[in-house]
Amino acid sequence: MAAALQTAALLSASPNLIDPQRYRVGLSARSLIGRRGSIFVVRSDGRTSGFFNAKSRSGNFITNAVATKADASTSSTASKPGHELLLFEALREGLEEEMDRDPHVCVMGEDVGHYGGSYKVTKGLATKYGDLRVLDTPIAENSFTGMGIGAAMTGLRPIVEGMNMGFLLLAFNQISNNCGMLHYTSGGQFKIPIVIRGPGGVGRQLGAEHSQRLESYFQSIPGLQMVACSTPYNAKGLMKAAIRSENPVVLFEHVLLYNLKERIPDEEYVLCLEEAEMVRPGEHVTILTYSRMRYHVMQAVKTLVNKGYDPEVIDIRSLKPFDLYTIGNSVKKTHRVLIVEECMRTGGIGSSLRAAIIDNFWDYLDAPIMCLSSQDVPTPYAGTLEEWTVVQPAQIVAAVEQLCQ
Amino acid sequence: MAVLARSSSPSSLSKLLRPHSVSSLRSFSSSAADDQRVLTIETSVPFTGHRIEPPSRAVDTTPAEILSFFRDMAVMRRMEIAADSLYKAKLIRGFCHLYDGQEAVAVGMEAAITKRDGIITSYRDHCTFLGRGGTLLQAFAELMGRRDGCAKGKGGSMHFYRKEASYYGGHGIVGAQIPLGCGVAFAQKYSKDGSVTFALYGDGAANQGQLFEALNMAALLDLPAILVCENNHYGMGTAEWRAAKSPAYYKRGDYVPGLKVDGMDVLAVKQACIFAKEYALANGPIILEMDTYRYHGHSMSDPGSTYRTRDEISGVRQERDPIERVRKLILSHELASASELKDIEKEVRKEVDDAVAQAKECPVPDPSELFSNVYVKGFGAETFGPDRKEVRSVLP
Repeated sequence: MAAALQTAALLSASPNLIDPQRYRVGLSARSLIGRRGSIFVVRSDGRTSGFFNAKSRSGNFITNAVATKADASTSSTASKPGHELLLFEALREGLEEEMDRDPHVCVMGEDVGHYGGSYKVTKGLATKYGDLRVLDTPIAENSFTGMGIGAAMTGLRPIVEGMNMGFLLLAFNQISNNCGMLHYTSGGQFKIPIVIRGPGGVGRQLGAEHSQRLESYFQSIPGLQMVACSTPYNAKGLMKAAIRSENPVVLFEHVLLYNLKERIPDEEYVLCLEEAEMVRPGEHVTILTYSRMRYHVMQAVKTLVNKGYDPEVIDIRSLKPFDLYTIGNSVKKTHRVLIVEECMRTGGIGSSLRAAIIDNFWDYLDAPIMCLSSQDVPTPYAGTLEEWTVVQPAQIVAAVEQLCQ
Repeated sequence: MAVLARSSSPSSLSKLLRPHSVSSLRSFSSSAADDQRVLTIETSVPFTGHRIEPPSRAVDTTPAEILSFFRDMAVMRRMEIAADSLYKAKLIRGFCHLYDGQEAVAVGMEAAITKRDGIITSYRDHCTFLGRGGTLLQAFAELMGRRDGCAKGKGGSMHFYRKEASYYGGHGIVGAQIPLGCGVAFAQKYSKDGSVTFALYGDGAANQGQLFEALNMAALLDLPAILVCENNHYGMGTAEWRAAKSPAYYKRGDYVPGLKVDGMDVLAVKQACIFAKEYALANGPIILEMDTYRYHGHSMSDPGSTYRTRDEISGVRQERDPIERVRKLILSHELASASELKDIEKEVRKEVDDAVAQAKECPVPDPSELFSNVYVKGFGAETFGPDRKEVRSVLP
């Protein structure tokens, strides 16, 4: 892979995955290029299914987007290359497309309007859509999340932004009791098509309270779906899928990933919320990860490949529910699992994932599942200490070596 | 607008009534119940305003409306008493918060608004559900956890909802429904449909921070939200003066105007709600404090006598009971005779007993219902469980 890529190798260049012919089966050229374009739901293995949507452009469709230089030869970019942008711009693009498409979509959060969003995800949207649709709220997470949920009950599709995911702890009652449960307790009468998003994770010396990972707290709320994006491509796709979903979705972004650059397709695409992403197929060990740890893993993979290992890396993306199909197939192939995550060890995503794999795929395991998580400490301010709270590539390499003995 | 209070002489009215004897209650109802002439009746207590000129004490109503008030409140009262017996018979479990004594708030509010206006309240929601058009069967079935309940038996006493009547529940965590109500008002403003939302809460929940947060936002955005404090003077076992430094709940909005209303007088409630709706559509949020009282304890597990005296309860029942007040009104304006009202009550009692019997026959939810309605059928991508055999959702 071209070493000049700003992001680590996101998707492998394995030809099987991205054979352009595969996804055109069943769709004639005429159906692709018609007066009405089509929108495709993308699977990580290249399968697509589509239905017609007037908004999108026609043309060839790419299942994976790799940030390529002009001279990089990958068979994936057989067609039009797309456009390059940063992750926060990809989020904004997804958001803007959905707001154009459906007048019920609105945004609310602190400083999302006039200020443009603290991470610029909503920049320019308030001027375009007005102050009611891109609402600047006061610092009142509990009640503006509640307001979003109440609006969702009537049929609006609000996107509530927590300036930092950690602030949403103030809205925990609303998210857990109202957002997650109203569909059930009302016997199916009310749907809550809300998206709750925001940056979380350990940043650069932001201090303990601004380095929260909330996936572990929200994961047992019934009725909620959780996804974590990690690349501009999946950020845009997941944002669009989350907005279109009738269920409440919590979209976890990461503070340090907002400036990732990638080339994404021009065509409209939506990703599947419940699906995991195959980052790098392999044979020896399955490494399950999400969000920022994906990059630490891929960095470790470089070392591991040099040492002769062939790890399979899966970005699980969907934190609730887990994509046990993809994960299961991988476990059946490699028989060894390493989970690398950024949330705390205790009660984290890794522990649930471990339990799920043991419950379902025990017979396929050759070794105990290893789980590398952040330490159970408040994130310290000092840089060196902070570095050691999260999992580093060296630890991943050591863990794989231990696992593959 | 003020119209002559009395109709023609009493005797002519009684002539209308006399041929329609007790036996044919229906025909009686059709004569006075169709009577649409306007009566103007003064509320017994004036309104008190905070930062706003209170509305007039003279309320316009019709005999038909007054009779419907009587009937609706009688149904609610009967329902709550029946729920009391069902709870003691262990057919209703868990928490059961009864509304008897407060019926005037639910009935008066309904008289002022349409089904497109939203109502949201916390767990003392059975009567509000009836007011929104819910049936007795749905209510009892939900209380007993049966399939035909308004939330399919999965919500329970504290989670009554009726989407088609814009009734947003039914919430267990008090105070949390206020931001939800402001959210509904936000959506109403967003879609510009000229409706308002009433977010009800009690004197206990009036101390929740999210109320003030939501009020601030509602005022900033001029949302058509009306916050109604049903002040029954006790937050479970804590009297209002022990929980709130300032129990003048209608004033606690500070920059938001408020109105204090006699919540045991259904006509006062109706007037206040009409006034509030008009205000909210034009100007933004307003707070209504309904001075009301609950006869039962906080819930069925609370006797209601450890923190207040029986004399107090019976005193309120004698002097301020909402149904008695309407009865006196009907009798003094000769809209019906005492025996006719008794017959209405008998009929109501039978209706409630029938509904209870029917609800007892209802089946419990199917075990598969445990897993239904957790998620709405997904966005539409094909997703499966781990063995690819069970389809979870399919692309449209």
